[in-house]
Parts: sequence; C-alpha cells; structure tokens
Amino acid sequence: MVHVSGKRVDLFPYFLLSPALLITILVIFYPIIRTFTYSFMQYILWKPTEIKFIGFDNYLKALRDPVFWISFQNTLIWIVGVISLQLLLGFCTALFLNQKFFWRGIARSLVLIPWVTPSVITALMWRWMYDGNRGVINDLLVRVGILSSYFPWLANDKTALYAIILALMWQGFPFFAIMILAGLQAIPDTLYEAAEVDGASTLQKFTRITLPMLVPVLFTSLMLRIIWVANSLDIIYIMTGGGPGYSTHTLPVYSYIRAYKGMDFGYASTIAVVLTLLITLFVSIYLRKVLRMEDRGAV
Amino acid sequence: MRKESMRKRKQRHRFLTRTLTLHTPLLLIVGFALAPYIWTFLTSLTPEEDLYLSEFRYLPANPTGTNYLRLFSRIDYGRNIRDSVIVAITTMLVGLCITVPASYSFSRYRFKGRTALMAQFLVINMFPVVLLLVPLFVLMRMLGLMDTYLSLIIAYSTFTIPFSTWMLTGFFNAIPRELDEAAQIDGCNRLSTLLRVVLPVALPGISATGIYIFITAWNEFIYAAILTGSNVRTIPIALQNMIGEFKIAWGLLTAGGVVSAVPVIVLFFFIQRQLIHGMTAGAVKG
Repeated sequence: MVHVSGKRVDLFPYFLLSPALLITILVIFYPIIRTFTYSFMQYILWKPTEIKFIGFDNYLKALRDPVFWISFQNTLIWIVGVISLQLLLGFCTALFLNQKFFWRGIARSLVLIPWVTPSVITALMWRWMYDGNRGVINDLLVRVGILSSYFPWLANDKTALYAIILALMWQGFPFFAIMILAGLQAIPDTLYEAAEVDGASTLQKFTRITLPMLVPVLFTSLMLRIIWVANSLDIIYIMTGGGPGYSTHTLPVYSYIRAYKGMDFGYASTIAVVLTLLITLFVSIYLRKVLRMEDRGAV
Repeated sequence: MRKESMRKRKQRHRFLTRTLTLHTPLLLIVGFALAPYIWTFLTSLTPEEDLYLSEFRYLPANPTGTNYLRLFSRIDYGRNIRDSVIVAITTMLVGLCITVPASYSFSRYRFKGRTALMAQFLVINMFPVVLLLVPLFVLMRMLGLMDTYLSLIIAYSTFTIPFSTWMLTGFFNAIPRELDEAAQIDGCNRLSTLLRVVLPVALPGISATGIYIFITAWNEFIYAAILTGSNVRTIPIALQNMIGEFKIAWGLLTAGGVVSAVPVIVLFFFIQRQLIHGMTAGAVKG
C-alpha cells in the first residue's frame, strides 16, 4: 500500500498487470512510434548512408504513385467482395443450424473447419484447385460444359483477385455463421409465439423479429471482420504474390512487398500508416453511426 | 384407418420439405467446407507421376503413402515440425504466464486507468501486421536475434497478448468472486488466492486460451517469413518454399499440408465450446 496525496493506492493490480504492459510497450507501442517516424524518412536498408528525414515526401509520393491507387482500389473490392460473400453464406448457414435435426452437432463442427485452417494451407489448397493444368475446378467446369478449355484463374489479371476472394470466403464464412447463430439463439421464443398468435407469416417473423434482434450481433461481427479482412495479407501473398502485374495488390500486400522485396522501409511504413489511418477513420465513423442509431432507439 | 394414412402422408410431406429446405442445402454447405480438404487428401495419396496422366482421375488409381515418406526423407519435414512445436509451445507458455495475472487483475480489481488499459488491449488487437513489421525487423537485427526462436516468440506476443488477455478476462469474470473471498477468509494471501484457489477452477478456460495461442503461432506465416531464414524454419515457411519452386511438387505439398492441418483441427475440436463461448459472449450481449 502506498499513500498518494492522502489516499491509499493499492499497487497489487498494477503489479499483476506490469509484465503484460511492459511487453506491450516494448513490442507494440515502441514499434508503432518507430513506424510513424520511418514514414517521414528515406530509409532503404541497403543504402545506410542515405537514411535521412524527408518530411512529407513519402506521403506526396504515395499520392502520385499509380500502384498505390491500384492497391487502394483493390483493397475496397477485396473488402466488399469478401465481406458480402462471407456474410451471405454465414447467414444462411446460421439459419440452417438454428433448427433442430439429428446431425446438427456434427454439421456445426464440420462447418467450422475452414475457419481454423492455417492461411498457408488455405492458400495452397485453393491454388491447387485453381491450377491451370490440373485444377479440379477447371475439370468440373469443363465437364459441366461451362468452360471449353482449362483457364488459369490465378494467372489472369482479370480473375485473380476474385479467385482469391472466393478462397477467403471459404475460410471466413464460419465466423459469421457462429456469431449469427449465437445471436439467433439469444432471441426469446416467446417473441415468435406471440407473433404466431397475432397471425404473422414466416416472412413477417423474419423481417420484424429475427433481423432487428440480430442488429447488435451483425454490427459487432461486421466491424471486427472488416478490420481483419482489410489487414489480411498472407493468403493473397501466398496465392499470387500480388500479381499478375499489380492485379492482386492490396495496401497491406503493397506495403509488405515494398518492405520485404524492396527493403524500402520508409515508403513501406508510409503505406502502413495510411492503411492504419483509413481503418481508424472507418471505425470511428462506423461507431458514431451505431451509437447515433442506439440513441434513436433503432438498435 | 383413414386418419392413420392422413397422418402418415403428413409425416412424409414434412420429411420432404425438411429434405429440400434444410438437409440438402446444409449438406451442400458442409460439402463446400470439406471439399478442399478431401481433394487435398486425395492428391496427397497419388504418386507424383500419376498427377499428370492424360486422363483426369478423382480417386487415385494406386493410392500410396510415398508422398508422406518423402516429406521426411527428402525435405527434412521433421525439422520443420520440431521448429514449429518449439515456437508454438514456448509462445503459449510465455503468453499464459504474462496474461493470466493481467486478466485476473482486470477481472477482480477496480483501479485507476482500468477501462483505458482494457480498451488499449482491444485497440492494439486491430492494428495491421504491416504496422509493426519493419520496426520489429530492425529491432531483431539490432539485438542480433534474427533467425532465432526468440525472435518469433517475441513477435507472436504482439497478437497473442492482447487477444488472450481479453479471452481470459471473460473466463475469470465467469468465476464467482465469493470464491476469492472465501479463500481469503481461510487465510490465503492475495497471491496464493490466485495461484491455489482461482487458477485450478479457471483451468478449462486457461487451457482453451493456451491451445488457441498454440494454433495461431503454429499457423503464422508473415513474421516467420521476414524474421527467420535457414536456421529456424517453421512449417508454413517450408510449405511456402515448396510453392515457390519452379515446378511445384503437388503430391509432396498436399501431404505436407495434411500433416500440418490435422493437429490444428484436432486441437480445435477440444476447445470448440470454450472458444465459441468466449468469442460470442461479448457480441451477443453488446
């Protein structure tokens, strides 16, 4: 116990927290500050004599850099594509799993498997299925008659990004399924019983009870998922390495390639900072909207 | 008689609609979830030279375990597994030792700055990996830790500590405070209350969190790609190196994928309930 200005301050909770805080400061906060400073520097690893502060030059360079804008656009396509597909399939899965039937337990466990699949495994399995010579997807499409010959899905700049979007839909839809299923199970049965007494149809029950009751779950899971998908980089990097050309460059991929391949730490940091600021901006707007809706009693 | 047949017909009708509106679509979704694994597994049983026969076969003509054997004889996969196990287990132990006291503190004590500190752990969970990558690389080089187990264990704590603090706080909150009070009346001091009374009760939650840390460390690729090289090579890196080769040996690669994914899936089934509970509790209430 320590006395600070006459009050007794219990140090024990801080003592328990101190290791976690110390590590967090060392490996998270200190690096973040460094990234911000690097973003104002010319810092190329193999030119150690030319490391210097250059003010906002990296940021101005990004504005004039066509690859930055391609990556920015791809990031938006990527987020919208992945999230809407995952949400749609996850929602349907949750509605099915919310019913009572004999193989429900097994179904729920099996559906979760993609979600625990390592990104590297997801990437290699889908790469193999998309393969232009021996891919099972090509074989099936030719058999059904949709394609006349095999198509290199990941090697074509028009299809590569969408092919990866499909792979990430596979990996991520169980997340939505589980969150929405938990939301569905939290809706009291009495609401549906009352609606039945009032003669509501199945569709009415869905739009008037199920959807409004799910809004909080949807808001939370959408936000978490959008942040995660915006930051995700390993699946894209392993499946195409950002190519062909720049067709699968998103902002995290571009930053990673600049740092890892180009050893251009200054510019890579700038892109990382811009990405972080964009996500922070999105989260603050999103939360403000949600809070305002809560004030109006819509949630 | 007529009543009986009416009921039967009604039952059959119900069964038909359930098949159409529930069993069939859900079976398709489950099939979609499993298809990549089934295909990967089938490929891993096919000898490399059979993969490029002119006729496309779904089931391997001569199923064999050669690919699995070659993993260990040709590319030293055993070493990759060893590296992954060492990194994942140490990350788990270090992570738990640091976050168990922290989350106990969040759960049991009300102190100045508590809300801000908790929010801080939530926010840093959302920062992109690329924001930390470059400075961590520079730091490891400065400390001479490049290509060591320690570099990965340190880097992985950037995402395991915030996440596991949140998860464990939830588990501790579910244990009634009366337990702590009773222990203190019985003469435990505060540290022994945590170590000897609360910890054993919280063990299921702690092991679930530990297994989750193990899985994320086992799966990690991005940090391992820039922080390690020839000395330490975890499974994801070994697999990625095989993809990078000019002619990809798909039989070998799919076998490596199966070997790496199976432990993760098995572990996951053990902690499914706790993990889902921890994940959904906040969202549903909020």
